[in-house]
This record gives sequence, C-alpha cells and structure tokens, in this order.
Amino acid sequence: MSDTLTAASDVTADVPEYPMERDARCPFAPPPRMLEMGEARPLSRVRIWNGTTPWLITGHEVARALFADPRVSVDDRKDGFPHWNEHMLSTVNKRPRSVFTSDAEEHTRFRRMLSKPFTFKRVEALRPVIQEVTDQCIDAILAGPAPADLITKLALPVPTRVISDMLGVPYEDHEFFQHHANVGLARYASAEDGQKGAMSLHKYLINLVESKMAIPPGEGPEDAVADLAERVNAGEISVKEAAQLGTGLLIAGHETTANMIGIGILALLENPEQAALLRDSDDPKFIANAAEELMRYLSIIQNGQRRVAVEDIEIGGETIKAGDGIIIDLAPANWDSATYAEPEKLDLTRDVGQQLGFGYGRHQCVGQQLARAELQIVFHTLLRRIPTLELAVPFDEVPFKHDRLAYGVYELPVNW
Amino acid sequence: MKVTVDQDKCVSSGQCVLNADEVFDQRDDDGVVVLLDDSPTDDQAVNVRNAAAACPALAIDIEE
Repeated sequence: MSDTLTAASDVTADVPEYPMERDARCPFAPPPRMLEMGEARPLSRVRIWNGTTPWLITGHEVARALFADPRVSVDDRKDGFPHWNEHMLSTVNKRPRSVFTSDAEEHTRFRRMLSKPFTFKRVEALRPVIQEVTDQCIDAILAGPAPADLITKLALPVPTRVISDMLGVPYEDHEFFQHHANVGLARYASAEDGQKGAMSLHKYLINLVESKMAIPPGEGPEDAVADLAERVNAGEISVKEAAQLGTGLLIAGHETTANMIGIGILALLENPEQAALLRDSDDPKFIANAAEELMRYLSIIQNGQRRVAVEDIEIGGETIKAGDGIIIDLAPANWDSATYAEPEKLDLTRDVGQQLGFGYGRHQCVGQQLARAELQIVFHTLLRRIPTLELAVPFDEVPFKHDRLAYGVYELPVNW
Repeated sequence: MKVTVDQDKCVSSGQCVLNADEVFDQRDDDGVVVLLDDSPTDDQAVNVRNAAAACPALAIDIEE
C-alpha cells in the first residue's frame, strides 16, 4: 500500500509541464528546463495537456535506441498514447491509418508507396530544378526593394514549388495549401479550427487523386499523386488512404523545409564566421555537413515525437512500462553534450553524422534526401549570391514561432 | 568485410546510398535497398560502416 502511494506521489510531485518554453534571449536553444533535465538523466516524466505523465526522452543514445525499438509504437489509438492536443485525440478514430500512425508491416506497406520520388538518386536528379527555382527567387529579391522578407521570397516558395511539382499539385494552389497546412498544424489548435483546415486539404487531395485516376495509364504526367492514383485503381489502397498519404507529404514537404530554411539563414547571419566557411567552400561534403549541423543545432520539430510502449522496456536506468506514453524531443537529444562537444556552438566543421533532426528508426523522415538537397542548395547559393546579406531589424525583434509544431521565424527581413 | 542487407526491414531512407553509393543502391519503384557489392574493398570500409550506423531500420549487417 505504502509502495503504491510513494510511487504515485513520485509521479505527481513536481512533474514539469510539457511542452516547455524556450528562453526568449536564446531562441536557437532548446528550452532551458529541458536541457537541465537532460543533464540529470536521459529520460524523465513530464505532464501534458490532459494531465497524463508520459516519459520525455532527452538523451541522444536513448532517443536513438527507442526510435529503433519495435516495442515502441506510433499507433495513436493505443491507451496511453500522448496525443499532441485535443484535436488529435478527438479525431483519432476518424482519421484513416497512415504512415505516421501505423507499425510494422502495415507501416512498411504505406511507406514504400511514398518512397519512389524520394530515393537518393531521384532527388540527385532533381538538383538542377531546385537550383533553378532558388536562383529565380534570389533574382526576384535582388530586383525588388530592400528590405525583403526571406520567408515569403525564398524560404516558402522553394520547397512549395518543388514538392508541388513532385506531387503533381498545381503551383497556383500554393496559397491555399500554406493557409490550410498552417491552420492544421497550430500548436494548441482547437478541435474545430484544426478539423476545418484538415478537411479542406483532404477534400482537395481526394479530388486530385480522383482526377488522376481518370487519366488512362501512361497518358498523364508522372508524379507522386499519379502513383497513388494508380495504386487506388489497382485496388491496393482506398481513395481516402491515398488522399491521406498525399496530404502528409504535402504538409511535411513544404512547411518543415520552409521553417528550416528561414531559421537556418538567421542562424548563419548570427554566426558570420561560420557563414563565411560555407560561402567559401566548394566541397560538396562540407556543404552537406553544414546543412546537417544546422539541422542538429536547430531541430525545428519542437513538440516531440509521440510514441507508446507496448512492452516493458529497461533503458537509461529506468523501466518504461507497457502502456506508458513516450515523447522523444529531438532538440535536447541533438544538444546532448555526451554526443556533441559544446552543443550550444554552431560548428559547421564538426562530424555531425548521427544528428536526429530527421528522427531515426522506421519512421525517420521519408523526404529527408529532398530536404537535404534543398537546404544545401539554398544556404550555399544565398550566401554566394548575396554576400552582404544582413538582418534588417534588431535580432530581438525577429518573431519566432513559439506556438507552432515546426519551429522557425514568421518573418525574416533582410538588407544587402 | 562481408555485408548483408535485410530488404524486409528496409524503410527506403536512402542513408546507405548517401554514405556508400558504390556498395548500395535503391530499387527504383519503392526505394528498397539493393546490395551492389557484398565484399567491399578496404577503401569502402569507412563509408559502409557509416551507412550501417545511419540506417534507421538497422537493416545492414557487417561482418569484419
């Protein structure tokens, strides 16, 4: 009896709330409380919006191990799953299973349907297109008035145009997507707002899948939604599933990369000696490593990867019980001083091979090779073509996205 | 060095090709790993070890 009481009070007393706030004076750093917790131990309990106390994983090694552990599930219908917010919980049984919420063989089936346009070689072949789009955006910035907002002029249009082309979604619709994707991803979305945004996108994608299903094989353009439509015609998946997969790619494909471009440029402007190293390099390996280090330093997915244990797991000196929620936060894991010396320093020369910005395990970002190519090209090209680039407002007036699932900046006004 | 891959585990991340494109490739249709060389030469060893460490699905085995 007393054991039970002690255990219960251990869990309830002084359990920090999650998500946590960053220190406004150090906007690139993970929340200070989270770093303190990470210094003490690689995993500890936090309290989330519905009063439950899942595990927060802050250590790099434990994060990697749990990401790859088959006893850890992404199935958000399971008891104990630590949902993001009320909207995600209230729609859990309405949403069809997707690549984000399925495990094992079911996940593999979804994942392989999405992988074709994202293989290393397909993305390498896309580099000239990404370069061209990037150069066009920079031409327009240089031809226009200063100051210019790099978010609307560069960070958003490059990935939006690339992912829209890959998916076969008309570029004319990009404003519609940005709007609805933003509503759906709001950090504390009310059930109603979130649902509206998600429904509009979902309906649009259903129409797009159906219009591509009607095109006879071999006659339409080759793109990712056409691939999905072909699978619907072959009876492998439903129209609803195809639309869900397409929506996921679209949102993941433009919002995340756009945020990483925007805040990445800001981090380079604040670290001019590092920016100079990147500007002066012609070595593709160095340029690639620089993008990885920016990913490590900034870990823009800030609200934790949500999981639930399906069996007891002994790890990091603790026992995660079957049914316990698990939140793997990428930012503190990427700032784990046991893995990266002086993690608070942006150091483009460090070996950053195992950074967790794309996650790890079977759910690791499906679009990572595309994101890498975009980041490498945009950062390097921008620094080369506008070497005098500078912030047009004081640093502390840059508006950060503290309230979004994907961290970044709302605006990035620059002069040159 | 002897390399084996598990295509059932593979999740098509492309990490292996990124790290060692002389040893690994991806199927065109679904990105699943294809082993080009099961006994890579010593000059490939570092790349192959990096590929195995980076593989998010733990689908690459190395016997040294």
